[in-house]
Amino acid sequence: METSKLTEEKIKRYLTEGKRFDGRKPNEFREISIETGVSKNAEGSARVKIGKTEVIVGVKMDVSEPYPDSPDKGNLMVTAELLPLSSPKFENGPPRFPAIELGRVIDRGIRESKFIEFEKLCIKKGEKVWTVFIDIYSINDDGNLFDAASLGALVALKNARIPKYNEKEERVLFGELTEKRIPLSKEIPLSLTVYKIGNNLLVDPTKEEEETSESRITIASSNGTIFSMQKGGLKELEIEEFYNMLNLIEKTEREILKKIEKYLK
Amino acid sequence: MAKEFKRTDGRKVDETRPIKAKVGIVPNADGSAMFSFGDTIAIAAVYGPKKMHPQHQQDPEKGTLRCDYSMVSFSTPERIRPGPSRRSTEISKITQWALEPVLIIDQYQTMVVDVFINILQANASTRCAGINAAAIALAHAGIPMKNLVSSVSIGKIDKQLVVDVNKDEEDWEQGEGATDIPITLTPEGKITHIQLDGKITIKQLKEAIELAKNATKQIYEAQKKALKEFLEEKNKE
Repeated sequence: METSKLTEEKIKRYLTEGKRFDGRKPNEFREISIETGVSKNAEGSARVKIGKTEVIVGVKMDVSEPYPDSPDKGNLMVTAELLPLSSPKFENGPPRFPAIELGRVIDRGIRESKFIEFEKLCIKKGEKVWTVFIDIYSINDDGNLFDAASLGALVALKNARIPKYNEKEERVLFGELTEKRIPLSKEIPLSLTVYKIGNNLLVDPTKEEEETSESRITIASSNGTIFSMQKGGLKELEIEEFYNMLNLIEKTEREILKKIEKYLK
Repeated sequence: MAKEFKRTDGRKVDETRPIKAKVGIVPNADGSAMFSFGDTIAIAAVYGPKKMHPQHQQDPEKGTLRCDYSMVSFSTPERIRPGPSRRSTEISKITQWALEPVLIIDQYQTMVVDVFINILQANASTRCAGINAAAIALAHAGIPMKNLVSSVSIGKIDKQLVVDVNKDEEDWEQGEGATDIPITLTPEGKITHIQLDGKITIKQLKEAIELAKNATKQIYEAQKKALKEFLEEKNKE
């Protein structure tokens, strides 16, 4: 069901008074809960719930050839699937724009921040490197899949262990994990999204709020350093507004990191 | 080999792995459920009855059941490429056939009931776990049903029949190897689904079906319990 015009107007009106349907402040997240080890067959995995929104993220690894322009670096591949199971709005078939965008935005946050130390994932220069697959699945979409997916990807990476590799036979022993972790940098490139509704800004929208919003900014950053950014939506932004969005993301990042730091050790 | 076949996880031959079932796990869906046999975890969500799209697939005489089975990429030790495969396409159809006999959806002309099944973690018998989850998700969605169905895989590992095949057993190569027989039964003991891969005598197949009857009784109880627990939770609210 689409969010009706009437609901949209009500959401906008509420926000001008700093209020939301569920009683949250505009800069307030819903409750976040995180679980690791969703699938024993994944190298690492996480389930993230933000309110009623739920995603699961798994990390798998395989050995393959490096790209010619980075012969001594591991590869990264991030995909997102918006499962038809998770919303009446999602259908089966080849990935459409929202799933593609979600995967790419998460990919860039992790890639550009150099969170994964890819040079340490080289087995034999020019021949064999590890590829890290991060696969994101929506289980229930009630808005803000972007931030849930980012959290899930970071936690699943932290949770992952590298599989055994038989160098003689050049074969990955799937299902047998070593104690080795994926080499990650200390800086956590958490990706967060700010939405604009009317003239107001908010974080962590419900589905209704997300559909009412006409523009959003997603930023992966750490301690004030920005690694990737995506503006989405149809409406333009004043530069002043854009700066306000940056501020809101920076503040929110500190709060969220505090809440989830135990999962990112 | 010793006369008494020893299962790698120490189970008795007629024992299923620990069963878990829970209803109401996807708030967006009209009905949803999780069902697991040990390390095999399936979730299912039901949407509908709703208008059938594409329109040319509408059946003017009766409602349609549409099932979709898929595995998440990290559900198996070796990553599965996202998207449908020949295997998942067949299992989707088999699942529909396993469920349809107990549904009463004739009155939903031109409409569809969608069932989506995802395997989160796989250790064999995934289609059975998926069917079990789907059956209670349909009940949870309030789709009229004559009854539930319950599904289990019976294996013949070398010469020994076992209930609820795990991955080690499925891959057994010694002696006569492994025969896998997933079976879905109604509580009255009617077969809505049976498949077989391997090598077995008719006599042993009959024994396998007897084993399935007993195992599905337990599964049926677990399914009913999950639905009751959901109702009790709801009544509390």
